Amino acid sequence: MGIEGVGARVARKEDKRFITGGGRYVDDMVVPGMKHAVFVRSPHAHAHIKKIDVKKAQAMPGVVGVLTGKELKADGIGNLICGWMIHSKDGTPMKMGAWSPLAVDKVRYVGDAVVIVVADTKGQARDAAEAVEITYKELKAVVDATKAIQSGAPQIHAEAENNLIFDWELGDGKATDAAIKSAAHVTRMKIVNNRLVPNAMEPRAALGHYDKAEDHYTCWTTSQNPHVARLVMSAFYNVAPENKLRVIAPDVGGGFGSKIYIYPEEIVCLWASKKTGVPVKWVADRTESFLSDAHGRDHVSTVEMAFDKDNRITGLKVDTIANLGAYMSLFSSCVPTYLYATLLSGQYNIPAIHANVRTVYTNTAPVDAYRGAGRPEATYVLERMMETAARELGVSPAELRRRNFITSFPHQTPVIMAYDAGDYNASLDAAMKAADYAGFTKRRADAAKQGKLRGIGMSCYIEACGLAPSSAVGSLGAGVGLWESAEVRVNAVGTIEVLTGSHSHGQGHETTFAQLVTQRFGVPIDSVSIVHGDTDKVQMGMGTYGSRSGAVGMSAIVKALDKVEAKAKKIAAHLLEADEGDIVIENGEVKVAGTDKSLPWFQVALASYTAHNLPAGMEPGLKETAFYDPSNFTFPAGCYICEVEIDPETGTTEIIQFVAADDFGNIINPMIVEGQVHGGIAQGVGQALLEGAHYDSSGQLLTASYMDYTMPRAGDLPSFKVSTSNTPCPGNPLGVKGCGEAGAIGSPPAVINAITDALGVVDIAMPASPATVWATIRATKH
Amino acid sequence: MYSVNYHRASSVADAARQLKNGDAKLLSGGMTLIPAMKTRLASPSDLVDVSRLKELQGVKVSGKTVTIGAATTHYDVSTDEKLKKVCPALAHMASLIGDPAVRHRGTIGGSIANNDPAADYPAALLALGATIVTNKREIAADKFFKGLFETALKEGEIVTAVSFTAPAKAAYQKFRNPASRYAIVGVFVTKGKDGARAAVTGAGEDGVFRSKEIEAALAKNFDAAALGGLKVPAKGLMSDIHASADYRANLIAVMAKRAVAAANA
Repeated sequence: MGIEGVGARVARKEDKRFITGGGRYVDDMVVPGMKHAVFVRSPHAHAHIKKIDVKKAQAMPGVVGVLTGKELKADGIGNLICGWMIHSKDGTPMKMGAWSPLAVDKVRYVGDAVVIVVADTKGQARDAAEAVEITYKELKAVVDATKAIQSGAPQIHAEAENNLIFDWELGDGKATDAAIKSAAHVTRMKIVNNRLVPNAMEPRAALGHYDKAEDHYTCWTTSQNPHVARLVMSAFYNVAPENKLRVIAPDVGGGFGSKIYIYPEEIVCLWASKKTGVPVKWVADRTESFLSDAHGRDHVSTVEMAFDKDNRITGLKVDTIANLGAYMSLFSSCVPTYLYATLLSGQYNIPAIHANVRTVYTNTAPVDAYRGAGRPEATYVLERMMETAARELGVSPAELRRRNFITSFPHQTPVIMAYDAGDYNASLDAAMKAADYAGFTKRRADAAKQGKLRGIGMSCYIEACGLAPSSAVGSLGAGVGLWESAEVRVNAVGTIEVLTGSHSHGQGHETTFAQLVTQRFGVPIDSVSIVHGDTDKVQMGMGTYGSRSGAVGMSAIVKALDKVEAKAKKIAAHLLEADEGDIVIENGEVKVAGTDKSLPWFQVALASYTAHNLPAGMEPGLKETAFYDPSNFTFPAGCYICEVEIDPETGTTEIIQFVAADDFGNIINPMIVEGQVHGGIAQGVGQALLEGAHYDSSGQLLTASYMDYTMPRAGDLPSFKVSTSNTPCPGNPLGVKGCGEAGAIGSPPAVINAITDALGVVDIAMPASPATVWATIRATKH
Repeated sequence: MYSVNYHRASSVADAARQLKNGDAKLLSGGMTLIPAMKTRLASPSDLVDVSRLKELQGVKVSGKTVTIGAATTHYDVSTDEKLKKVCPALAHMASLIGDPAVRHRGTIGGSIANNDPAADYPAALLALGATIVTNKREIAADKFFKGLFETALKEGEIVTAVSFTAPAKAAYQKFRNPASRYAIVGVFVTKGKDGARAAVTGAGEDGVFRSKEIEAALAKNFDAAALGGLKVPAKGLMSDIHASADYRANLIAVMAKRAVAAANA
């Protein structure tokens, strides 16, 4: 590795603009004649719309347009869709209710968009929005998925009887039941995974611009995948054909999954721009984000884990109810199924697994992928079960895990996944050493002398990343392929642009991706630019989510670099009158190995464009495109250990230490990887200790601002001890696995295992706030 | 925010005159009012800004008598060396309000006139037995705080200062709401020449209140040990998604003990 190549801690190129206020986000975009939009949203969780009167609003100062769902439908704009088909175990397709970008007859959650108001200023749009008169007939609402599937619950969509979207299963039910029946020990738990609000720093925003002269639309939007947005808006929502729709996702301030989906607002802004004849910009305020961004998690599971007399797991049975909210968001169906149940084998040899998942409509915000997406829920189920089982069986949590670790690879689990590589003992050893696990007993005793309760908990997670082999996901119901694309353009002076279908919204692609190029051609990193986020600049790509930009996005770049390198070598061999096989590229020079004959890199590039002297029949230019479709998922794994100290008087939990020992495969930029782990753990600790979306029984979101929704702050977190012990991924050319979600996946069970250890209880609800911890202590005493 | 007329008062008398405009409100830091206006929950026609009036600013200490101008910022209270000598507990309390931006803008007069049920100053002034001075009269703290966001202030009345006699001992302990970082429970205890006083913020259904139970226990012995078996009734305490009334009752006892220990330290 050079100082800027693969494996180097290169400072992030993009940070200069981010930390000096020079970033360019959707809200920074200004188009001549642009107006501002405000959405009128439903104040009710469930109601019929009896009447919408916009006359007063239309007459307000500055108002350009007040538009309703009826007009939108009349113009042929389509309903929002879920892009992953799941069939129930009886063979019937999932029961998807209609989701109109603007509600027409009925609203189904607080925040459902009903009317768009466009005015000269945002203030005027707000004033006019308040003047829109909507008459509702309120209906009974249901927010709890376990209640929504009971008979007599309010019916949310006509299409889904009893609000059941699908009843799906994976694995061998008979074999699992038999394993439980013949088990020496069965551990049973009800496990709840709390609902979260993603809270990207930048709220969602859209700027729609219809150019009448060109009959062409441009949409600036806060998207993790602008090409997918264009495809879906074109193919399903009838906004415009792809060639007449340009989607630009400029700097995007965090996504965590919530900006994968195509939401009503961007569709409506584009349509409203054509309708009103002016560019229309909408930027969510924070409470709007709380109400209308896709939420995450919200599972209730009943779990049984069977062991033989040697404490080996013989079977795992999981029955999960997943709350999908009021509408099926774009990938909502795959999260609690193929991103969840397929990971229920964890790091363990489990001969029989059966998962049953029921997904349910409720009068809450739609739920979709949020950092980890299904895998945190699976890890939480499994690692809470392992902890409880270890306590019941009277063995140490580490010993129980070791006994059941998968140690030979490849390993086929009973739930689809074929693990390619890993060393789970190595992560566990590293984490226990870093945490001074052996010294815990003394630390606990010392804390007890101070009246404090110490606990320690671990979590051995695995995730499937590098989403995903297209044929595999296609066979499982995905409406898209999950390959990635790259184009490497060498300019005539030797500088290089990489056009990637991945999208950076905090991940540092402009740095890591450039490191690949620097490594390959020895050019300075400053000579490499990464171009992304604009469908007019970049070839079709699938975007960033599921920790895929390393394993899939960078693999596409590697393929394109291979092609560029091959052509450059051909040109150099021709110019240097050498054999192509003898050409090497090092330190910005193209050399004939073992001789002093060489050309500077830029001369090869220049030669390709002057085309004065190219090998016979060769096309001019030095620019190559590649599409990479992975052959398998990647399987990052690791061990997290959390040590807590609880003040029993107030219920306050302090994290004394948090250790992460991860296996991410090969690492391109360790600093960026550590940053990803830090951020992921902050979100995972947030879920365990702080964050929770609460609806009251009428469907009002009680946590709709930072006054009530507890975002993790620096002071809530310790300085993390992170390390990696890597087994290269055999499935992609770089041997990388992905690191974006691990922290959020692995940490919640480690925290809760530590808290329940400290309190001597089986379970505690997340978030384990001081009030919850105190109430748990009190209940234990009584 | 709706449009609003802004007036910068030239004196307290001028502010009193300007307050007669339409539905005018005093602005003295705006740490609560401005966010409420931005979310359109408050819509005064006029704002009369008294935060820059020199006559309302500053901390004066004369012997044990402390007088703090109504427009003195939390930061200025928290860092005042004279105050730290005679009543460090109040300076410490001010240092715990909000964040640095809030402490440099928010004022003591604004805080007590707003009387947020989770604000810190009301507990301090109640426990200190302070006097609230207005442009019309003087009001004892015991009579000033009336309920949630309610005070004894009459239409057009402006808080100009608060004054109190520094107690022999005092301390404040706050347990924060994990989200908003306002007090879920804050307890301010004092030991003065008239005995022990303890005031609780963040917990009461009717806002700040003095705790009879704590004061009775401390009357005999101003020591944390005196609060050992203290049972605070949950009746009359708030219950919400962050804390049940029972939990708040527990926290009152715990914070009181810690406050007394700190006062004696």
